[in-house]
Amino acid sequence: MPFRRYVEIGRVALVNYGPDYGKLVVIVDVVDQNRALVDAPKMVRSQMNFKRLSLTDIKIDIPRVPKKKVLTEAMEAAEVQKRWENSSWGRKLIVQKRRAELNDFERFKVMLAKIKRGALIKREISKLKK
Amino acid sequence: MAKSEKPRVSRNKELIRGVGRFSRSKMYHKRGIWALKEKNGGSFPRHDKQPPQAKAVEKAPKFYPADDEPKPLINKRKPKPTKLRSSITPGTVLILLAGRFKGKRVVFLKQLESGLLLVTGPFKLNGVPIRRVNQAYVIATSTKIDISTVDASKFTDKYFEKEVVRKKKTESDFFEAEKEDKKTLPTEKKEDQKVLDAVVLQAVESVPDLNQYLSSRFSLRSGMKPHELVF
Repeated sequence: MPFRRYVEIGRVALVNYGPDYGKLVVIVDVVDQNRALVDAPKMVRSQMNFKRLSLTDIKIDIPRVPKKKVLTEAMEAAEVQKRWENSSWGRKLIVQKRRAELNDFERFKVMLAKIKRGALIKREISKLKK
Repeated sequence: MAKSEKPRVSRNKELIRGVGRFSRSKMYHKRGIWALKEKNGGSFPRHDKQPPQAKAVEKAPKFYPADDEPKPLINKRKPKPTKLRSSITPGTVLILLAGRFKGKRVVFLKQLESGLLLVTGPFKLNGVPIRRVNQAYVIATSTKIDISTVDASKFTDKYFEKEVVRKKKTESDFFEAEKEDKKTLPTEKKEDQKVLDAVVLQAVESVPDLNQYLSSRFSLRSGMKPHELVF
């Protein structure tokens, strides 16, 4: 089981603790064994402990500590946001967020939809069993 | 004063606190005291005190209480009508939390003068009649129904008052076994329910799945955290 996601310049990570929780950031430099300099288009460049970051599969091509404009362009070119939203991890987070903000009526409608779906599946299975 | 008084404005504009634009003599002239004096023949009109009218002679009371009891303080406080939560507007779907209809989802009609909320099931969907409910025992959901065409003006607190039955205490009643007649709802109340619900149901039918929603009860399942749920 080798490591596949390395801490490197250009590695996209998800912040998993603190005021920036849930944001996608790019590692632009490594400060020391524990900390990285981290940047995102709508964020002030700051240092973060690696423990606050969850590395993703996405890596972009940037020079060390690029200017904000360069970083933004590189992220657009690599389509980071789109790749994130299409990845299974990204999709899961979007679904979790949507489920948390459902109101009572919407939750009821989801329940009805699940029942319908289950009924369809059962019908197909029973057809196959015959 | 019979005439409606307009708010009194000062003729002497304040320059700084304590200093007016015009002097005493100028103000005397502006107020027109000289004109009033002229009208009244040289001096300012006076109204002398009327001689005090003779008061009726008070008789000494027949009975004095033994001890001087302290009088309670005067209380002129008028209780304000209960403030309605901003999330509750006419047409909101509410979840009842207590009583025999706990968990039922119900349509809010209006707030009555006593502060209680007037709600209806509608009766056909979940068995909740036109009823009063306390705001404290209710969760307001963000689902709203359009009930602008509904007329709930005939329902007031008086409508829900218990009818006082006066029975004459006779010996025969004492010894007879208590025959309690089953209290049935008068037909006018049933008619009121039908008329009101007809309009509400129209509004409910226009939204898909809403009638099933109102027919079901709310309950907490495993993993549902009430403080994290969005209603």
